[in-house]
This record gives sequence, structure tokens and C-alpha cells, in this order.
Amino acid sequence: MARRVMIKGNEAIAMGAIEAGCRYYFGYPITPQTDIPEYLSAAMPKVGGVFLQAESEVAAINMLLGAAATGARAMTSSSSPGISLKQEGISYLAGSQIPGVIVNMSRSGPGLGGIHPSQGDYFQSTRGGGHGDYRTLVLAPSTAQENYDLTMLAFDLADKYRNPVMVLGDALIGQIKEPVELKSYRKKPKDKPWALTGAKGRHGHILKSLFLADGELTDHNWMLAKKYKSMEKEVRFETYRADDAELLLVAFGSVGRILRTSVDILRDKGKAVGLLRPITLFPFPNKAVRQAADKAKVLMVMEMSTGQMVEDVRLAAECACPVDFYGRPPGSIPTPDELAKEAMKIWRKRGLK
Amino acid sequence: MSAKAKMKQVFDRPKSLKDVPYHYCPGCHHGVIHRLVAEQIDAFGLQENTLAAASVGCSVLMYDYFDVDVVESPHGRAPAVATGLKRARPDSFVFTYQGDGDLAAIGTAEIVHAANRGENITVVFVNNAVFGMTGGQMAPTTLEGQVTTTSPYGRSAATDGMAIRVCEMLSTLEGTAYAARVSVDNIKNLKKAKAALKRAFTYQTKGWGFSFVEFLSSCPTNWKMSAEEANARVGKEMADYFPLGVYKDVRAN
Repeated sequence: MARRVMIKGNEAIAMGAIEAGCRYYFGYPITPQTDIPEYLSAAMPKVGGVFLQAESEVAAINMLLGAAATGARAMTSSSSPGISLKQEGISYLAGSQIPGVIVNMSRSGPGLGGIHPSQGDYFQSTRGGGHGDYRTLVLAPSTAQENYDLTMLAFDLADKYRNPVMVLGDALIGQIKEPVELKSYRKKPKDKPWALTGAKGRHGHILKSLFLADGELTDHNWMLAKKYKSMEKEVRFETYRADDAELLLVAFGSVGRILRTSVDILRDKGKAVGLLRPITLFPFPNKAVRQAADKAKVLMVMEMSTGQMVEDVRLAAECACPVDFYGRPPGSIPTPDELAKEAMKIWRKRGLK
Repeated sequence: MSAKAKMKQVFDRPKSLKDVPYHYCPGCHHGVIHRLVAEQIDAFGLQENTLAAASVGCSVLMYDYFDVDVVESPHGRAPAVATGLKRARPDSFVFTYQGDGDLAAIGTAEIVHAANRGENITVVFVNNAVFGMTGGQMAPTTLEGQVTTTSPYGRSAATDGMAIRVCEMLSTLEGTAYAARVSVDNIKNLKKAKAALKRAFTYQTKGWGFSFVEFLSSCPTNWKMSAEEANARVGKEMADYFPLGVYKDVRAN
């Protein structure tokens, strides 16, 4: 049986990374993710790995790029402003098709913002974030257990698609302490024939994103676009009491977690309310949302921001039903009761019975 | 014996250089510097075990010429990328090849900290006192009074500061084990450049720490000079402000 431990969300990320065979971590301190570099600074030497505190977020992502170019599993982590700095490197990872795992335990912005939980990084995570026409796979855990499990998955997906993968949590998901089952990683990591290992018995490998010849960059971008399309099969989401729901709440990460209790509160009052929680934010569960829009009378998106994922939900719902929204800008965490009340406002406004 | 068989081959293309023409402008020193680096890769038997971090600038296309494993770095980040390469494969020979726009401007933090950590990598720094690929803008290494497309009245010490002497700056760091400034404007200097590269390669292969070789280089196109004039400027104006020599050699007897 897997060992059960009581740990912080951030520690679960670090432990998941080591379990998945990550031996190269490059980071920089920033609240609320600093437990990750702190944990790994102690743990990496014990497993023969490398922990390096970089001079900047920019350097850290580029160290990851170098280590991952050799075929090694490598990770960096940060929080919102630090992720903004990493976006250049993430774009190069995508363009050069170098896998890597980037953890964003996001905090509030814009600017220096604060260290409260926030979901205001949905756009910078799912829209590529850096320059150019590319996509980053985004996994959004809502518990310490998911931090552990999805970090391991992130390494598999990164290798499978030769693409950067972002694990997007927030201050709540990183700081919460709860039981985690430490499952063993059993997969055999993929071979990486493209990696830089020295041109022995072959010509030099080149990992690059510069394509100057006529038509070359167009072809490269179309190839990438097909790859992003093929990621659709990785869609993951969770539903809770959703089958007969007339009002279906849609939320990810920490809000998705809080809403489980709100749904229970409303169900106790006899209201047919359910929850759909996207786990992959890219690829987005478009099909699931579209089907939900056919089934439910109303969709309601809740986010700890003034509205970002709601745009994807509205696109996916294709106007099959109304899509309402409640947003809570960072500064305080909404309680299950507060969110249940917001849901009830929509319940009444839409005349649900 | 035929006349042909008697002839002894005394010059050839290094094995680790591809047999393709350079895209570099006539009179540019990149070609010669590429060759010198490739010669050392061959001499040390490293072609099969070399990982290079290319940078942004004219030399980004180094992978078109060097037949070794190469990864492209974002502008200025090659020392960080090389850090990742070396930490993941400590037994590989890892070098960066960077221009002055890349290394001395946007990449200042990465070069300083890679050197300060004493990363066991080799940095080949080509200083031609100008942003070459973007068409001749002022670089941190542009000399006072030098006219460029973004210093049309000449670089002003009052508003732009003076040119950065990178070799001297890095030599102050504990982590820098070897640092030299060389040029290839004449045979005598070219031989010294070769020796410096050999020393830098020795440092890394022996695990002695961070090695840095700065080449003063010409850029006839952006200096708006003939190849000969540009070559002469390297030996005069450039070398006056950027003195040639070995600045640090911690294992020197």
C-alpha cells in the first residue's frame, strides 16, 4: 500500500517530481511557492540530483532548457510575476520542442499584487503566455494529492509531446496541508532520440526555433498546430453531483475545491446544483462543457479573478444555454456559503425551480 | 612514386566543421574564430562529446557550421542554458559562443553568475563593438565616439557610458578560473588566440572551472569599412581600449 503522509501542497509537488524521475531543478525564491525549492534543496542531493538556485527566474527557465535538451527530466517553479519572466524561455521550449515542467503557484496581481491566492494567471497559462503561436499544456490541481499525481503526469505529457507543461495552482493549493498517498511512479520514461548527448556515430543534433528558409517556419508552425490539436485526447475534468443538475457550476483549482461544499449546501436545500471542474485548462474540456450546456439549464462560472476561464466556457457552450459568472478578485478567499449564495442569486434570476 | 603521392597535406578543414560556405560577411572574423574553436574540439577529441549553446546574433547559425550537438538559447541566456547542459551531462564538453550584444548587454546577469558559480564551461565571446545581426547598433562594447545606427553622433560617455571591458570584469570574480582577451588580426595574435583556446579547453576538460576567451573581432559591414581597414581597426583602436592578454589563469605555474 502506498504510504500516506501529511504534507503541504508545495511539498507534494516536489515529491511528485522526484518520484517521476526529475533530477534537475532550477528555481528562485518567491512566495507562495518557496517550499518547493526549499524542499528540493535538501532532497535532490540525496537522490543524486541537482538543485540550483538561479540568479533569476529568467536564468532558471533557461537552465531547465539546457538540462532538458539533454533528455533529462527537469523542472522549475515560481509564482505569477516570476512566471511572467519565464515566458520567454517557455516560448523557446515550445518552439524548439524541448519538454519541461513549470509549476506556477500563482499569487495575486497585476504587478507585485500580493501573496493571496488568485486565478488571474489563467490567461498567461493557457494563452501560451510568451510570444508566438504556441500552446502550453496546463494542469490545474485542487488538492495536495492532485499536486503529487499531476506533477508526475506533467512529466509524462511533456515527454510525450516534447512540449512545456505547466502545473497551475495558487497560494491556497500550495500552502494547504493535507494527507497525500505517495503512489509509486511505474511508467518507463520515453526514449529521446532527439536529445543532445554528443554526436557519437551521428551528425550533430540541433534544437532550435529559428527557421529562415522560405516556407520552413510556416511548416514548423503547422506541425506545432497539429501537435496542439492532438493534445485534445489528454482532456481531464471532474464532475460532482452533475448528472441531474439544472445549474451547473464550472470552476478550476481552489474555487473548484471550495464549490464541492457549496454544491452540498445547495443540494441539502433541494436545489439541483452540480459542479464541473476542468483539470486540464489546455486542452480545455470543450466537449464536456458543450454537453453540459445541452443538459443543464444554466452554466455558472466562478473564478478568483474578474473573469478569464469564463471566456472559454462561453466559447465551448456555443450559446446552448446561458453562461453566468461570479468573480472574486484576489484579497480574500470565498467561503462555500458565500459561493452558494452567489449561485442562488443566479438560480433565482434564471427562474430555476 | 608519383609527384602527388610525395605531397604532404599540411592544411585541412577541421573534422568538426561542416564543409559548407559561411554566411558571414567578407572580412568578418567569425569564420576564423569558428575554425580555431573547431581545431581545439578536434585536438581534444571532443567532437562526439561536445554540447554547444548558440546565442542570438550573427553566430546563432553556428550549428550550420559546427558538426556537434547544439541548442539555441534565447538572447543572452546561453550561459544559463550551458549551465543546464553541463549540470545534466558533467562529462560532456560544453561551450557557449556569444557576441557582445548578447553577452555584454541583455545577458549580463547570466554571464556574471555562471562565472561566479564557477560553472565548468567554456565561453567564447566575440566582441566586435556593435550589434551585428540587427544592422550595426550601439553595443555596450561600442567605443567612445564610435558612430553606429543608434549613436549617429558617436557614443557619448556622458549619456551612454564607456565601453564595458568584460574580460577584466569577469576576472574579478572568484569563480572565473581562466580569462583571456585575444584577436585574430595577424598571425602572431592568431597563434596566441589558439593557445588561449587550448588553455580554456584544458581548464574544462580537467574540471578546473569557468574559462572565458574574448575575441576582438572586426565587423566591416557595420563599421562601414573595407575588410582590411576593419582588420586594422581591431589591432589599433580596439586593442588600445581592450588590451590583449591573459587576465586570469589560476592554475598557472
